[in-house]
Amino acid sequence: MSTHAAAPEHHTSTGLDNTKLAMWAFLGSECLFFGSFISTYLLYRNRVVAGPTPHEIYDIPYTSVSSFVLLMSSLTMVLALAAIQRGDQRGLRIWLLATSFLGLVFVGGQVYEFTSFVDEGLKVSTSTFGSSFFVLTGFHGAHVTVGILMLLALVGLSWSGRLEPSSEGARKVELIGLYWHFVDIVWIVIFTVIYLVPTNPSA
Amino acid sequence: MSDAQTSMEHVVDPHMQDHPSPRKYVNVALILAIITAIEVAIYYVTAISASVLTAMLIGLAFIKFVMVGLYFMHLKFDSHTFRRFFITGIVLAFFVFGAVMALFFTRGGPAPGFGS
Repeated sequence: MSTHAAAPEHHTSTGLDNTKLAMWAFLGSECLFFGSFISTYLLYRNRVVAGPTPHEIYDIPYTSVSSFVLLMSSLTMVLALAAIQRGDQRGLRIWLLATSFLGLVFVGGQVYEFTSFVDEGLKVSTSTFGSSFFVLTGFHGAHVTVGILMLLALVGLSWSGRLEPSSEGARKVELIGLYWHFVDIVWIVIFTVIYLVPTNPSA
Repeated sequence: MSDAQTSMEHVVDPHMQDHPSPRKYVNVALILAIITAIEVAIYYVTAISASVLTAMLIGLAFIKFVMVGLYFMHLKFDSHTFRRFFITGIVLAFFVFGAVMALFFTRGGPAPGFGS
């Protein structure tokens, strides 16, 4: 007996799943959200009249490890999706918990980074650089936190038997996965543009 | 087919059947990790001028961005409509960036971040 059977096409005017379409529309709007904050940061990062400058305060090795952790969480997320697609509920829970753990490590690292920055004299109100940095990375951290909560909700659904190994169950995991990967993609941009790109390329 | 047989089936979305295998996912993650290592390594190479370094870093980030989008978010395998939604958001974000820069340039505001 075949263990897989194709689901019927979605009965929508586009033939596409509306929830997935809505998620992509949401992620498109999130591009604008983060695009605005990144633009603001680029405008203000050299406007330091008080407090430390980006070059003085960033700890690149530390942030590189955080970036690597978040990047690998995208791998565990797709492995969770692959697990539910083959009906492996235990594998699904393991990979979802692994993704949540990596997300928690990232957020914990960000909290530590923020604390050390404040100790070194950079606060939200210190300079426009501080304001734009904390708002941008803080909103990203908030997105990661929301993602962790959604991942843990999926684990709860799986444990209670309400995340059935069907097209519907896999779709739920895929939607949360899309959000998680988007958060990862945004960090790829933030890590490069905010942390790595020199503040003055003409130097 | 009996009910018991039906309950054992895993009904799969047609698009989901095109998704890569776990092995392929691991390979993609490995490439992403290597690119990240290269990014961090070239950051410390003092022989590279800042403008060249900027171009290299943005190029590498773009590759990572595209790889996550195509393979992990399945844009390579799903309907092109999803891709258009996402690209529209990205293009609009660049318009916002351009508009903000233009506004500050024409109104004499702070210089863009790439210069001090």
